[in-house]
Amino acid sequence: MDGHDRGAKVVARLLRDAGFEVIYTGLYQTPEAIVNTALQEDADAVGISVLSAAHKHIFGETARIMREQGLADVILFGGGIIPPNDVLWLEQQGVRKVFLPGASGPEIIDFLKQAVTERRRAAP
Amino acid sequence: MSSELVERALNGEVRAAARLMTALESDPEAVPAIMSQVYPKAGKAHVIGVTGPPGAGKSSLVDKIAATYRDRGQTVGIVAVDPSSPFNGGAILGDRIRMQDRFADAGVFIRSMASRGQPGGLAKASQNVVALMAAIGKDVVLVETVGVGQEEIDVIRVADTTVVVMVPGLGDAVQTMKAGLLEVADVFVVNKADRDGADRVFKDLNLMVHIGMQEGKWSAPVLKTVATENQGVDELLDKVAQHIAFARQSGQYELRRRQAATVEIDAILRDRLLRAVMHRVPAFDRYAEEVGRRQYDPYTAVEHILQESGLGN
Repeated sequence: MDGHDRGAKVVARLLRDAGFEVIYTGLYQTPEAIVNTALQEDADAVGISVLSAAHKHIFGETARIMREQGLADVILFGGGIIPPNDVLWLEQQGVRKVFLPGASGPEIIDFLKQAVTERRRAAP
Repeated sequence: MSSELVERALNGEVRAAARLMTALESDPEAVPAIMSQVYPKAGKAHVIGVTGPPGAGKSSLVDKIAATYRDRGQTVGIVAVDPSSPFNGGAILGDRIRMQDRFADAGVFIRSMASRGQPGGLAKASQNVVALMAAIGKDVVLVETVGVGQEEIDVIRVADTTVVVMVPGLGDAVQTMKAGLLEVADVFVVNKADRDGADRVFKDLNLMVHIGMQEGKWSAPVLKTVATENQGVDELLDKVAQHIAFARQSGQYELRRRQAATVEIDAILRDRLLRAVMHRVPAFDRYAEEVGRRQYDPYTAVEHILQESGLGN
């Protein structure tokens, strides 16, 4: 997450109102810190907002460290100012879903509800 | 499944501990087996409760307390509780925002918890999560309550030492005379002590403590801190250490643990009894319906339910 947090706060609030427990970490998280938080909190999903054009680095590194730490089953998603051309690359790195500017609240909520349900069903 | 998971957690695997915490929160069936393994190993940590009104700076203070214990070579667990929405069950858990400098430190395990409708300032599973933090070897466990009013004082059942954080600007001396929060403090902190009115709060608290002083009993010291500037935190930890030493020596520690155990056993027993009764009385819901229609009163309903379940006399 970079220096802008309005988008992230709006999404956090939307998810809260949909009944999710959202752990909000604040700005300027490194991939290591993001993964460590997901690990300690036993998160179902990790959402990252990037508007600084560093999305390839942040998502790529986060996905890599998640695999390294055995968190490949945790849903990684995000959004921000991301060129549509980069979406495929991000998905190949392990990002499950990238929301581009203009994505609606219900879209994000529906995606997450379904993904979390599937993940929990698959859990041992 | 869970027995192996507990072994892994006790051997230091963070993911196993984190998953157990989720089970303690969300899987009532799994809790007894987990706790039977965890509880005997949970006695060594010093559990410090940090409570106070919303906006008092509890998270910032907890962060600096954790940092200072780390400097002193101790490992730290943090259990930070925030409120759940009573309307949709969702929650935004924001205590980590003030603790970012701890994220990269493997000696600090932070777990956020939503209160999930539990009154009292903690979540139902907080006590068990604290025990697990202790069992996996954290020297100090910090429990941060939701921002509380005057009556949410469950933290004293969990903590060995309770720190009550106050700030200037929340009310006059009469507020500090009211019952509740102030009576549970082992140490008082006036945080944001660089602000106007801090001296007034400091003096009021000191006066209240002084009036309540009793020979041979611990009298809560009042300290000033500015958590964001890391001022006063060392002194706070020294007072906390003095308190636990006093409590151990005077028998207060044992007494408090025994009282907490009584409440805990009581709560589990009620829960189990209720479930057992509901299991034996399939028509449980029918009674609620009939009482709701005022066909008879709730006391009569309970009498019938007890007779039906074989527990009546």
